[in-house]
Amino acid sequence: METAASFYETPEPARFTGIWSWLFTQDHKRIGLMYLFAILFWFLLAVLLGGVLRLELMFPGETVLSPELYNSAFTLHGVIMIFLFIIPALPAVFGNFFLPIHIGADDVYFPKLNLLSWYLYMAGGGIAVFSLFSDGFADTGWTFYVPFSISTNTNVSTAVFAAFVLGFSSMLTGLNFITTVHKMRDRAMGWLQIPLFTWSLYATAWVQLLATPVVTITLVLVMIERFFNVGLFDPARGGDPILYQHLFWMYSHPAVYIMILPGMGVISEIIPVFARKSIFGYKAIVGSSLAIAIAGSLVWAHHMYTSGMSDTAVFVFSLLTFVVAIPSAIKVFSWVATLYKGAIEMTPPLFFSLCFIYLFSVGGLTGLVLGAAGANIHVHDTHFVVAHFHFTMFGGTGFAFFAALHYWWPKMFGRMYDFKKAYIAAILVTGGFMFHYVPMFILGLQGMPRRYYDYLPQYAAGNFFAGFGALFMILGIGLMVANLLASLGRQRDAGPDPWGGVTLEWTIPSPPPVHNFVRPPEIMAYPYDFSGVTDRSAHRQQGE
Amino acid sequence: MSDIINPVTLVDRSFYFIIGFSFVFLFAITLVMVYFVIRYRRSRHPVSADIRGNWKLEIAWVFIPTVIALAMFVSGWQAYTGLRNVPEGAMEIEVIAQSFSWIFIYANGKETENEILVPVNTPVKLTITSADVIHSLFIPAFRVKVDAVKGIKTHAWFLPEKQGEYFFQCTEFCGVGHADMTGVVSVVSQEAFDEWVEEDDGW
Repeated sequence: METAASFYETPEPARFTGIWSWLFTQDHKRIGLMYLFAILFWFLLAVLLGGVLRLELMFPGETVLSPELYNSAFTLHGVIMIFLFIIPALPAVFGNFFLPIHIGADDVYFPKLNLLSWYLYMAGGGIAVFSLFSDGFADTGWTFYVPFSISTNTNVSTAVFAAFVLGFSSMLTGLNFITTVHKMRDRAMGWLQIPLFTWSLYATAWVQLLATPVVTITLVLVMIERFFNVGLFDPARGGDPILYQHLFWMYSHPAVYIMILPGMGVISEIIPVFARKSIFGYKAIVGSSLAIAIAGSLVWAHHMYTSGMSDTAVFVFSLLTFVVAIPSAIKVFSWVATLYKGAIEMTPPLFFSLCFIYLFSVGGLTGLVLGAAGANIHVHDTHFVVAHFHFTMFGGTGFAFFAALHYWWPKMFGRMYDFKKAYIAAILVTGGFMFHYVPMFILGLQGMPRRYYDYLPQYAAGNFFAGFGALFMILGIGLMVANLLASLGRQRDAGPDPWGGVTLEWTIPSPPPVHNFVRPPEIMAYPYDFSGVTDRSAHRQQGE
Repeated sequence: MSDIINPVTLVDRSFYFIIGFSFVFLFAITLVMVYFVIRYRRSRHPVSADIRGNWKLEIAWVFIPTVIALAMFVSGWQAYTGLRNVPEGAMEIEVIAQSFSWIFIYANGKETENEILVPVNTPVKLTITSADVIHSLFIPAFRVKVDAVKGIKTHAWFLPEKQGEYFFQCTEFCGVGHADMTGVVSVVSQEAFDEWVEEDDGW
């Protein structure tokens, strides 16, 4: 392996130094890292907010939050988690860092646009913070349903504007990834030689590019309603509030696939590496990513069975919802089949990936209850839904994010973290997670609605237990992040390939040099061929 | 009235059907996954097999879940039609949701707030609308949930088969009083109902 100065030592463009070499950088790796730290900040803030919400719910009656504060707090929790964490987390951090490397490129196709996306992301976050200090943060929930969102006195316009700006950041990232995959891919790399994480980002990018404009326009319409009282959505002026729900979910349901697809891509990378065995059914996984991206864009109104839309619409959207369940099942089967007859080495990234498979399966299966028209009616808008989407979004995308952090951390920073603390953190998070969300399924079946700061006495026990689980989860997340950050004080001795990976990022130094490849990359005929991988675990510098 | 199928049965049947399959699936996939991880750990199984796919297996695990998923869809749809198709002769009550209470208007003009009295074994049809923002009427015991939207009328129905008190709540977030929009459905005997509904309560 050649020695080359890493991208930390070589600014791009070279005329900037110090802090400016970050703020004006066009290097996809630096931009990825700037996203990483911003996203971690928002994630931890929203985790704490969630903790406060559960603390309020641990005991009946008004305890730590007034109803007004509670409503703003759950809205803020949702807005931050959705728009500032889950949507950008995997594409903006790991996509930016690894997509160009995976396809043998030295950067994304539009590096300046990439930097602009980061600034839009920061601006969106800044606007959300600003609205906290104006008239109080929006109290509508992240869904901003009309006519409540146009009649409430809190600062909905600013919150909506923040989401609007963040939408542009997401769209530009999508645009950049699509063009990069088409135009910058190594000439020797055909479509079916692209690593699965990059495939999933490519499928996601199309959804980002095509669906985000719908919500962007819708949010502008909400602002127009608030400022000029046009009457687009307000029934008092002849508007249609159901139309708003269609427009909102036309983006926001595909958005859940924007959130989960890259997570599935991460798992598809990690499992083969630690099983030291080819992914099972490469083409089926690629196909299912595309199928999810396409079919997932056609199921939005399954959020609206009770809204008063026609029964025909319920029929169609329920049917399509069951169709979109199949490609997700294919992926789960393929991951488990990959483990069969592997040479499996347990590591923190694999441990998080296995937790992902379990938690995401629970989330997916409970989604079937919600997809079925009749069964949905009872659990819609209850804590059952809250538990379901946290299993998919947090147990799914969140755990994939944790797995990706532990998998690519040595590549990004050149340093290995402590395994023992990583395992303890993973067990705390997973155990706390189960303790936290399983009671919510039961609460939902008993009929406890979501977005309640207070509840009927029969729901007290479940809420109390859930609050306990939240505590363990927060401790685990804190330990995990602290353990990773602590590794930054170590030597850069992780080596280019600590895991025995076969995708291109493991052929270059850790951290990578500024133009990624010192020599032209060698593209393998099949991206998951482990026959050339010798046992490299002896070279690993594990933290003691 | 005994020939009416109570949609509660259909909803629960659909739920148990789906959740039953889900438990089996989850248990099987987790068991297999954990078994593989232990059985094929590197210390015991150092050299992996090179298996890249198996089209027969892959077709099987597309086809079988598709059939099961479609069966789940059908069960859900049956339950949904049960909830939507109001039997003839149902007693009609108009519901108006407002921030933050529920108004119920009976056929004879009697109005109540946050409580409904209904006779046992008589199907009840609710016609629902809102005076302001969107609310949603949720009566867990009867598996009833339908949004109240200003400008349109939605409907739901239920068959109260046992006397007793059943709570309802608002499930579409509507502001500070959202969690307080609760109330009670009292199911009483036909005689008690007839007496109550004719009472002049000063409304």
